[in-house]
Amino acid sequence: MAVKDAIIGWKQLPHGCFVLEPGNSEKFKTGDWKSQRPVLDKEKCIKCAMCWIFCPEMAYTKNAEGFYIVNLDYCKGCGICSNECPKDAISMVPEEA
Amino acid sequence: MGNRVGVEVSIAVADAVKLCNVDVIAAYPITPQTHIVEHLSEIVADGHLDAEFIPVESEHAAMSCCCGSSAAGARTYTSTSSQGFALMSEIVYIASSMRFPIVMNVANRALSGPISIWNDHSDIMAHRDIGWIQTFAENGQEAVDLTIHAFKVAENKKVSLPVIVNLDGFICSHVIEPIIMPTQEEVDAYLPPFKPIYKLDPKKPVSMGTVGIPEVYTEAKVAHNEALKASKRVILDEWKKFGEMFGRYYNAVETYKTEDAEIIFVTMGSISETAMTAVDGMREKGEKVGLVRIRLWRPFPNAEFKKAIGKARILAVLDRALSPGAVNGPVGSELKSLLYKVPGAPKIFNFIAGLGGRDMTLERFNEILEKTKLYDKKKPTENYEVIGVREL
Repeated sequence: MAVKDAIIGWKQLPHGCFVLEPGNSEKFKTGDWKSQRPVLDKEKCIKCAMCWIFCPEMAYTKNAEGFYIVNLDYCKGCGICSNECPKDAISMVPEEA
Repeated sequence: MGNRVGVEVSIAVADAVKLCNVDVIAAYPITPQTHIVEHLSEIVADGHLDAEFIPVESEHAAMSCCCGSSAAGARTYTSTSSQGFALMSEIVYIASSMRFPIVMNVANRALSGPISIWNDHSDIMAHRDIGWIQTFAENGQEAVDLTIHAFKVAENKKVSLPVIVNLDGFICSHVIEPIIMPTQEEVDAYLPPFKPIYKLDPKKPVSMGTVGIPEVYTEAKVAHNEALKASKRVILDEWKKFGEMFGRYYNAVETYKTEDAEIIFVTMGSISETAMTAVDGMREKGEKVGLVRIRLWRPFPNAEFKKAIGKARILAVLDRALSPGAVNGPVGSELKSLLYKVPGAPKIFNFIAGLGGRDMTLERFNEILEKTKLYDKKKPTENYEVIGVREL
């Protein structure tokens, strides 16, 4: 669910603008406004997991081959993974490209 | 029915808060509110009230504590004045937008500078738009009654908004008056225990105070405003129930000798008692004057005010705060906008008086009447006039 799907009228808003469902931010695809995205070069990657450790959104998960893959629905394009990668295997690419 | 006692109004208000059996009081002393919270701290320290009294380090912390305790489901009270109110300003908007039914007495005092500990309405008028229900007490009995009423209204599930009961600093707060103090049994029968709509509870978690992105903010403000406007019905209904229980009836707007009045003074707060005496004196001299007193300031009682002024030809509106650079004083602006282009609406002359503790005497009311009659014949050059200022 993206922000545009969450649009409701004032009569539908919960009391005091409270969030009544614990952990419901999981339902929101919070990465829809990034201006750049990380692109992994698997030739350079040594599977060290530094991107996984440093990602502030916990958007990285390990796949079956042992690579750490970013979930672009939650990645906000901050570039920390790219900055921390010891092998320069992650490059930040503009979203429109 | 309770006993009629001679008591300082601040002490009576503190006793009323005790009768309301509050759970949390978070307050910082500031003149002229001090006696209210000092007495409450004594009541709690002496074991007469089972409540947390939090002696906070500032008014900003006081209102923050109040938000937290109200969120946790506690009946919550605080009180402030002037500079203290200014310091809690950031949080008072949050309290109302999060719909916390906190009750606060404001012992009205001028804002600095120059430094003034004395009474006017500049502190509350600087907080006109905080989204709280706001009432003005005329005397000690009203301050007690409106405070008890405030908890009942605030905690009504249809309302769930914080309430300010204003009482004039010193002029009302420090005066010893005969006040009928309700009994505990009466207050218990009138005011049931607080049952919050939502509270901070690990067994049923909710998030309070989250961000409002541009897609939500407008709707959040409209929802709050609609709740505030709709609260009028509950406020009036609860005053009716209060009257049935305690025998003292209150309205959003009160009238005094207005039936055949051509000129009506409009006031708020304790100045209204002087205004009534002034009206009596003017009536003896054959002047067709009356008084309309606004008790409910927010939400503004549009229909009740229009009804109260009847067919009066002129309103002389008294403001006890100056709104620098504005078109009129706060109450003057409100009433001119309310009555703009209403068919048969009276002429409105706006006077600012009683700033920073300057006495509002009967002579001043006579001066206002003379100026009003003059402006009726010859249109004033300014939208409002500061009464009693030395033009030197």
